[in-house]
Amino acid sequence: MGVTLNDYLLVSGLLFTIGFGGVLLRRNIIIIFMCLELMLNAANLSLVAFSRFNLGTDGLPNYNGQILVFFIITVAAAEVAVGLAIIVALYRARQTTHVEDINSLKF
Amino acid sequence: MALPWIILFSPLISVLLILFVTKSSRTLSSYISVAAVLVSFFASVIVFLRPDPTTPNQFLWLDFDVLQVPIGVTIDQLSKAMLLVVTTVGALVHIFSLGYMAEDEGKSRYFAGLSLFMFSMLGIVLANNFVMMFIFWELVGVSSYILIGHWFTKNSAAAAANKAFISNRLGDFGFMLGILMVWAASGSVEFAKVSQSWHGLHLSPLYLATAAILVFCGAVGKSAQFPLHVWLPDAMEGPTPVSALIHAATMVAAGVYMLCRVFFLVEESPEAQNVIAWIGTITAVGAALMATQQNDIKRILAYSTLSQLGYMVLAVGLTGHDAAMFHLFTHAFFKALLFLGSGAVIYAMHHEQDIWKMGALQKKMPITFGTFLVATLALTGCPGLSGFFSKETILGVAYDHNRIIFWFALGTAFLTAFYMFRLVTVVFFAPGKSDHASHAHEVPSVMTIPLVILGVLSVIGGYRLFAERFLNLPPESGFGLVTLLAIAAFAIGAVAAFVLYNGKKQDPISIPLFANKFYIDEAYAFLIKWTQDLLACYAAWFDKWVLDFGIVRWVFAGGTYSIGLVLRFLQIGNLQAYAFIFGAGVIAIIYYILFIVKP
Repeated sequence: MGVTLNDYLLVSGLLFTIGFGGVLLRRNIIIIFMCLELMLNAANLSLVAFSRFNLGTDGLPNYNGQILVFFIITVAAAEVAVGLAIIVALYRARQTTHVEDINSLKF
Repeated sequence: MALPWIILFSPLISVLLILFVTKSSRTLSSYISVAAVLVSFFASVIVFLRPDPTTPNQFLWLDFDVLQVPIGVTIDQLSKAMLLVVTTVGALVHIFSLGYMAEDEGKSRYFAGLSLFMFSMLGIVLANNFVMMFIFWELVGVSSYILIGHWFTKNSAAAAANKAFISNRLGDFGFMLGILMVWAASGSVEFAKVSQSWHGLHLSPLYLATAAILVFCGAVGKSAQFPLHVWLPDAMEGPTPVSALIHAATMVAAGVYMLCRVFFLVEESPEAQNVIAWIGTITAVGAALMATQQNDIKRILAYSTLSQLGYMVLAVGLTGHDAAMFHLFTHAFFKALLFLGSGAVIYAMHHEQDIWKMGALQKKMPITFGTFLVATLALTGCPGLSGFFSKETILGVAYDHNRIIFWFALGTAFLTAFYMFRLVTVVFFAPGKSDHASHAHEVPSVMTIPLVILGVLSVIGGYRLFAERFLNLPPESGFGLVTLLAIAAFAIGAVAAFVLYNGKKQDPISIPLFANKFYIDEAYAFLIKWTQDLLACYAAWFDKWVLDFGIVRWVFAGGTYSIGLVLRFLQIGNLQAYAFIFGAGVIAIIYYILFIVKP
């Protein structure tokens, strides 16, 4: 009785839910940012799992999913660079990283 | 087979050569144009001498299932006679222009315009179907526009060109509708096919009359019949040889030629014949009355042209299309001669056109005077000259078909003699009234030779021996009451004018109604001003209150504002609320796709 696709997907779903809950509930913008990364990695996990369990006729996994993971990692890295820079700039301007203090952009 | 195409395309080649190669060399351009028209002339002579071809000479140009438009040529007696008239007068006018326009800055443009006109006019003459004729019909309109507006820096010339083009478009619109009606009923646009099937279609009289009158609208515009006659007198702003060629001998006669070509339409509808005859009568009488009080030498001739065109149209309306073609044939020569003669006078008078500033020119310009007098006698119907025969034929037709119109036509003949001899008396006999008149001298021979040739044609053009080689003449009526009345009208008119105007230094009669052309131009200006102002007023109101205030301000601006008023409550400024709404939206979409659409 090995590890099945459903187990991986369950873990991936849990990670995604934790990440999304963090984004919704946490106040500190850096934590929110980390939760976003968590959601991305949840997606990565399910992609790799799908790839691993979706063997072709020649017995090799479907590599499309894994290639997509590399793209996501690359984009995430770029996003981190931009996002952290924004957070630093925001902190310099407002002396805070709490989202409830940053609410002046409204009607 | 190729000759008709040579006739047609040689002027077009000249246009292209002048436009793209020799535009900068004014002399070369003029010679190219003259050479092209001479080629057309000699080719026309050869075509005329050969028997009519029996096989159709055409190729298919547009091919839809329901509409087939060929480009082809008709060679029959009608088009052969017209070809000769157009190319003869055209060639003489080209040669005359060499002298008249010698010093003109835009000589290349002028000769390109003349060649373009020759191309278009020959296209009308040769056309074997309605669509082709319509295309060339529009092309003569364009070339007439170009040539009237030759001196376009003069405001009046530019305005006259516009007026001519717009009036023509009005008539041409009717022409186009008429063509569509003919095609809708018969399924063909070729003259030969339509003329065979038209009688057998058994259409309602209303349809027949409408189609014929709409086609006649084209002739109303092009031949300047009432109520679209207003453009022709103004068209005299163009150079005088242009007036001779286009606005006297050929283009304005195209309407009459077209009516003869499509006479099978007119023949079927007595109502349309009535309309055509009366329009022609109104034009003939009205224009003759206006001519009696004009002071510009070219305008008098323009009104005279109108009046003579009215004569031809009324003859067509009275089913005397042979008589109409006969008058067209003779009129082309003597009216072109009158215009070229007036051109010579204007040239000698240093572009003075007021007849009251001229005078005593008969000794100074003997050739011009002689030919001008011949043309005048021909136009007024002096026995023995061409106009007498053709005019008498038309009077005979009118006498047989409609007595009321006959008396109007006879009155016009009297008025014609009156205003023409008023012109001749004042310009040539009365004492000179200005320096230009006393210093005038005969024009160069490049201008007098065309005058003399046209003079000869004006004399012999009416004799049966000569004319029946070219035309189907109506049967000879012999010497009768009509002849006597015609001669009397000529004699009374001529003598009255000579007695009244000899030696006078200004007009002894003043009838403002005639001098102001029955105020028709003013009435049109008034009409257009009011309809246009009313429309503009309404449009401004509509724009201001319906479009700007109603739609733009209330519907668009107000709608956008109120939607924004509601949606702004979503913008609460809380980042996590946005994330929540976003997440909820994603879940809603997934739910929708998985459970509602069901993959």
